[in-house]
Amino acid sequence: MWTGDTMITNPNAYDLIVAILNAIGVYNIILGFFQAQGMEYVLRIIIVLVEVVVVVVFALVTVMFLSWLERKMFAVVQSRYGPMVTGPRGLFQPIADGIKLLGKEDIIPATADRWIFTLAPFIVFVSVLLVFIPLPFGESLILSDLRVGLLYIIAISAITPVSILLAGWASNNKYSLMGAIRAVAQDISYTIPLAITAIAVVVFVGSLSTVDIVNAQQGYWFGVIPKWFIFLQPLGFILFLIACIAEMGRIPFDFQESEQELVAGFFTEYSGMKFAMFFLAEYAHLFAVSGIIVTIFLGGWTGPAIPLIPIQITSLVYFVIKTYAVIFFAMWLRDTVPRVRIDQLLYLGWKIMIPLALLNLLFAAFVVTAGVI
Amino acid sequence: METETLLLNMGPVHPSTHGVLRFKLRMDGEIIRDCQIVVGYLHRGTEKFGEMKTYLQFIPYTDRLDYIAAMPNNYAYVKAVEELAGIEVPQRAEYIRVLVMELNRIVNHLVFMGSLLLDLGASTMIMYGFRERENALQLYESLCGARMTFNYIRPGGVREDLPDGFIPKLNEFIKDMEKRIVDYEELVNGNEIFLMRTKNIGVISAEEAINYGMTGPSMRGSGVDHDIRKLEPYSIYQDLDFRACMRREGDSYARYLVRVDEMRESLHILKQIVDTLPEGKTINQRYSFAPNTGAPSAVTSYFPRIFTPPEGEVYSRIEAPKGELGFFVASDGTTKPYRVKIRSPSFCNLVALPKMVVGLKIPDLIAAFGTIDIVLGDVDR
Repeated sequence: MWTGDTMITNPNAYDLIVAILNAIGVYNIILGFFQAQGMEYVLRIIIVLVEVVVVVVFALVTVMFLSWLERKMFAVVQSRYGPMVTGPRGLFQPIADGIKLLGKEDIIPATADRWIFTLAPFIVFVSVLLVFIPLPFGESLILSDLRVGLLYIIAISAITPVSILLAGWASNNKYSLMGAIRAVAQDISYTIPLAITAIAVVVFVGSLSTVDIVNAQQGYWFGVIPKWFIFLQPLGFILFLIACIAEMGRIPFDFQESEQELVAGFFTEYSGMKFAMFFLAEYAHLFAVSGIIVTIFLGGWTGPAIPLIPIQITSLVYFVIKTYAVIFFAMWLRDTVPRVRIDQLLYLGWKIMIPLALLNLLFAAFVVTAGVI
Repeated sequence: METETLLLNMGPVHPSTHGVLRFKLRMDGEIIRDCQIVVGYLHRGTEKFGEMKTYLQFIPYTDRLDYIAAMPNNYAYVKAVEELAGIEVPQRAEYIRVLVMELNRIVNHLVFMGSLLLDLGASTMIMYGFRERENALQLYESLCGARMTFNYIRPGGVREDLPDGFIPKLNEFIKDMEKRIVDYEELVNGNEIFLMRTKNIGVISAEEAINYGMTGPSMRGSGVDHDIRKLEPYSIYQDLDFRACMRREGDSYARYLVRVDEMRESLHILKQIVDTLPEGKTINQRYSFAPNTGAPSAVTSYFPRIFTPPEGEVYSRIEAPKGELGFFVASDGTTKPYRVKIRSPSFCNLVALPKMVVGLKIPDLIAAFGTIDIVLGDVDR
């Protein structure tokens, strides 16, 4: 993809599409056609659009599958069946839910701020989708390898609390407002340890590019232990994981909703497609954040190469497997533990996690300066 | 900076008020400055029904008070009527009554554990609780045909004898529950977040608990040794070996632990009853409406339909799963009570909630409220 930056050398999905078209021998024909018209940029735009469509479709399918998986896992833990009627083992339940939500009346409360109320769910959804841009799904399977990839991810994640606050404020409902205030307090306190632990990894890699981070994790120590940052930064990994779960707003940190206290938190007043938007965003966020955890600490798409199968495919499989392992952990946690209290959460964030994250950063700096790694 | 308090109206329709209860909270940010409880959304005039129905007709209405555990309600009312009329009860009937009541205590505490954990955000426990509860409800179904509203206990005895195969199934249930309670403790008691949420939350001292008129497990969590089964043994409780479970801390966690211990004690009582269940009649023949053969009969009532106790009044109380359940029944010598007054444990325990939660946060309100264990049918009557 065109990034306006010519220094990027890591191949991305744009190069991959060009390579595939070259392999089947049509790229030059198409390129020649567009060049004859003097409209080479149109071809570029078309290829980028194809990438975007693929990612959006991937995100939507993942969201549907995740919502099914969540309910199914929840059911298994609770010795129930879960959805069973729609499709094989209830696999099409999310589609049925989606159709139901589409048919629902779109209620906007009389005292709500109509514009902001309508805008907020879209901001949430779009900001989550934007996180997918620098996420390396596999070798050269990345929309755009931004040089500031990690910074970009953290910055985009910081948009979510803004839109939650908009949603909570515009609803003109006390529960929504309290949910929104909680969500913002939580997101602010947890973005800091999140960023600091990510910086500790950046200290090792020397680059903010997600592809560089993954590449730095290739190979093995002593021939057996993969060079993943989880082994170099165990404390950093735990802090990052906790911060990510808080960032996603899942149990034990689901304060933006806190069903039993605030009814449904910031989306109490939402119904129909606007509710579905929050729902989609939540699961897309779950996948995106799990992908980020995998990228930074669990070696990204690295894994043993399998002969005869192109690395693009094996790496995608490794990435998806690792990501689902993290998702599995998050869901398992949700099934088991109660919710902590908001002040306990803030206490944990400011007084325990930030000092530990700083300590972790110090450790990383020492190790790198001493030249151990 | 100028700040103002927020009036938050929690309920009557809210996920964790356990029905139609309403809190009027004055909030300073997240902190509760004032809490008013508004009850009455489920008021059905049960006490007035008591005056309008005959003694026998009123028994089903008592099922609708504490519908989670209805057997003690049946019993408390029937006990008052029996004391009023001086009716003798056969020994086997007394054993069966205690059996069904203690089973109901386990059912109640299972629902309590489930809903408390659900209120705190851990939704798995309620499914486990309901799974075991289902076994108990099937036992009840085989006993009297109903799962929650039994109408089983009659003046002078019980409606039916135990059906075939009841005792083996009960033994299975007891065995299963003993293992399950250990599982629950592993799932819940050892959970650091659960401890964070319930320890030192909703503390009420022994003195305050007495002053507010709390009873039952909620009061024993504050270190008051008050169990009517021990203080005024009724039915066959003086022959049974059990202890009144108690904790001293007075917080939500203590109230939770008291109930877990009580489940164990109830299982212990059930085992004793299974071992010593005497043979004999299950209803007082003198008050029989039809010959009691012990076999299932088309006649559901063995008690005379027209029944006139002597003039007088009586207050009789029992230890229901939620606390002291008392029925005041006054007779003017007619076929209907002159007055029925119900002293329900949920209502009296609920009154102490504002004392517990002022100065705490909304999540603490949920944690404290969950451990008081109320049922709105019992609060509003």
